[in-house]
Amino acid sequence: MYKLLLCWRYLRTRWIALASVISVTLGVATMIVVNAVMAGFSHEMQTRIHGILSDLVFESHSLSGFQDPEWHMAEIRRAAGDDIVGMTPTVAVPAMLNFQVRGQWITRQVMFIGIDETTHAGVSDFGRYLQHPGNREQLSFALRDGGYDTIDSQAGGTDPTRPALEGAGWPHRRMRVERERLWREKLEADRDLHAADTPESGEGTGPVRPVDQQVDAVLAATAGEAAAPPKPADPFRQARPEEGTRMDPATEQFTGIVPGIGLASFRDTSGIDRFLVLPGDDVKVTFPTAGTPPKAVSDSFTIVDFYESKMSEYDSNFVFVPIAALQRMRGMIDPQSGLASVNSIQIKLREGADLDTVRDRLRKAFPADLYAVATWRDKQGPLLAAVDMEMAVLNILLFLIIAVAGFGILAIFFMIVVEKTRDIGILKSLGAQASGIAGIFLGYGLFLGLVGAGAGLALGLAIALNINTIRAGVEWCTGQRVFDPSIYYFFTIPTIVDPLTVGWIVAGAVGIAIASSVLPALRAARLHPVEALRHD
Amino acid sequence: MTSATLERIVTPAVASRQPSLLAVRGLEKHYRSGDRTLAVLRGVDFDLAPAEFVSIVGQSGSGKSTLLHLVGLLDAADAGSISLGGRRVDDVPARQRDRLRNTEIGMVFQAYHLLPELSALENVLAPLMVRHGVWSWLKVRGEARKRAVELLEQFGLGERLHHKPRHLSGGEMQRVAIARALVGGPRLLLADEPTGNLDAETGAGILDVLSALNRSEGLSIVLVTHDPSIARRADRIVRLAAGRVETA
Repeated sequence: MYKLLLCWRYLRTRWIALASVISVTLGVATMIVVNAVMAGFSHEMQTRIHGILSDLVFESHSLSGFQDPEWHMAEIRRAAGDDIVGMTPTVAVPAMLNFQVRGQWITRQVMFIGIDETTHAGVSDFGRYLQHPGNREQLSFALRDGGYDTIDSQAGGTDPTRPALEGAGWPHRRMRVERERLWREKLEADRDLHAADTPESGEGTGPVRPVDQQVDAVLAATAGEAAAPPKPADPFRQARPEEGTRMDPATEQFTGIVPGIGLASFRDTSGIDRFLVLPGDDVKVTFPTAGTPPKAVSDSFTIVDFYESKMSEYDSNFVFVPIAALQRMRGMIDPQSGLASVNSIQIKLREGADLDTVRDRLRKAFPADLYAVATWRDKQGPLLAAVDMEMAVLNILLFLIIAVAGFGILAIFFMIVVEKTRDIGILKSLGAQASGIAGIFLGYGLFLGLVGAGAGLALGLAIALNINTIRAGVEWCTGQRVFDPSIYYFFTIPTIVDPLTVGWIVAGAVGIAIASSVLPALRAARLHPVEALRHD
Repeated sequence: MTSATLERIVTPAVASRQPSLLAVRGLEKHYRSGDRTLAVLRGVDFDLAPAEFVSIVGQSGSGKSTLLHLVGLLDAADAGSISLGGRRVDDVPARQRDRLRNTEIGMVFQAYHLLPELSALENVLAPLMVRHGVWSWLKVRGEARKRAVELLEQFGLGERLHHKPRHLSGGEMQRVAIARALVGGPRLLLADEPTGNLDAETGAGILDVLSALNRSEGLSIVLVTHDPSIARRADRIVRLAAGRVETA
């Protein structure tokens, strides 16, 4: 009984000991906040990556791919059983995206992905990442007649940060065509004037002005492709005009593509997204054919939407195109059998299915030297592992803070034991056992640990759960953006408080507090009663 | 408690033929500092009958405090034996010595040795709190409190129950210390210069209290002092010189 009483009295008369637990409190709070934010971050990133990639990817090693995706899909369904809820074939090839901005050709290295517009949104979150509400419902590679979001649909918010998308689509295309027509007429009138002024300088012999070169370039860009590969009848309604006929860009489009938004835009300092090209503009894509050796071919395409997954790695790399058009242009359709080839099949599994089991089943069913089967986690393994390791290292470092706090407790306790030496002698003369004396100080340490960890728990949870309010407050006070959504791919700081992690942190902190009171407690217990009584 | 408890916890080693409560035989104690050994007690023999009041006198350094610490089981002797109630107590395990110290022996010191964080009443209750765990303490608390208050009132401290030691005078503190020594119902009271820090009048008051306890309650008392006039208050005086009992 005296242990409790003295423990309590020593605590009440020595509040300074509580100072030593402030570092425990701060350590626990920091660990809880950091873990919550890191877990939120990691979860958000995994959700993103998973939304971009399908559950399982079944692909061939070669760029030419494998024939007859329908047969493969039937085989996959046979091998994997009921776990599959959706499949879609894709063709992915490295390519170059070329577009003209103010007369300059800009070339970007991209991954050109042929997708089936009816089924692709079923295996991933692809549909959510488009800029036209209609395309988010059901993707169409036909250019829309305006109606693109000027507000970032994923960010929420009410400020139109993308005013340029206001007139995108057919209105933009028609305006551009009209502008080019006027420009051409003006230039031609200009040239006639010049020809009249200097009749002796014949055509082709006079100095070529830069503006003429530019005009020629514009004409070349909009005149349609002369050297397109031969192709069979086109099943698409946005078909290219017949060979030799000139298409009317004001009413017709090339094959639609959806490039990643990072390829075509940048964010200026005021947070407004500026676009180099818009839906309705034409671009050229250069990609390898399926033959041996592959040859590079180019074709014109019309941008119909932008893809924005908020993962810049993908947003500045992916360009989506209708799979049938890509198969045709690359020569992936067998002229004899009419069977098309694909690179890969994206597979979506039912909720709760074990990805690894299905993957292993598929690996067994198909020869590994021809096909690769990977889960989305496999595909992003290094990134996810890096985040996990970051978390582990941070936890170790932060736990060291609490360990340092433990040494503070150790020092203060030693001082208290020295100060209380005579009291310890008195207690021993009253018949108190060594274990009881040690118990006073262990209980003291336990109490300090509980107070420190409890306060840290409250503080940490308060911060973790209100971190976005705190961020807003800090931003308001300093006028600086603390958390810039243009850098990260989410808009509020995500937090996930895992009760198990919190439990471990609190238990660890209390454990350290007790552990650091063990030495002083042992010293107290071993004091010789007679010497302790003589102590002043 | 007492004899039954004692029989239970004390090894039935040396059953003494004498009727004495306390029997000290050939007690030796050396202190070692570096290579040199200082012999403080060189074979002390000493008996105390039940209900006897004995003074141990001697000059500073004669070993009287050491003797008291050994008898109070606060220190271990190098040779010799101590028997309490006919049972040897100096060679029992530490836990049993703690128990004996708590139940059989009460100690009073020159510097009072009260716990500064506790009130007078709590100081008196301390030995009983040491004896009982939390649960059994809750059961005996009322009774213990009553006994402690009675003792303090008996010593004229009824108004000072909740005062901390720093608010008490020297005489009051020593009376609290005596109450604390008695609350556990010991058979033996050891007092080490209990009046050393007090003026003559207050000291006399403390000695009156001890004498009264000896007479009315039959409490056996060993009083250590260097002052012959105080020693004379006891039934018998034992002189200690150069680590031995002087036969005078």
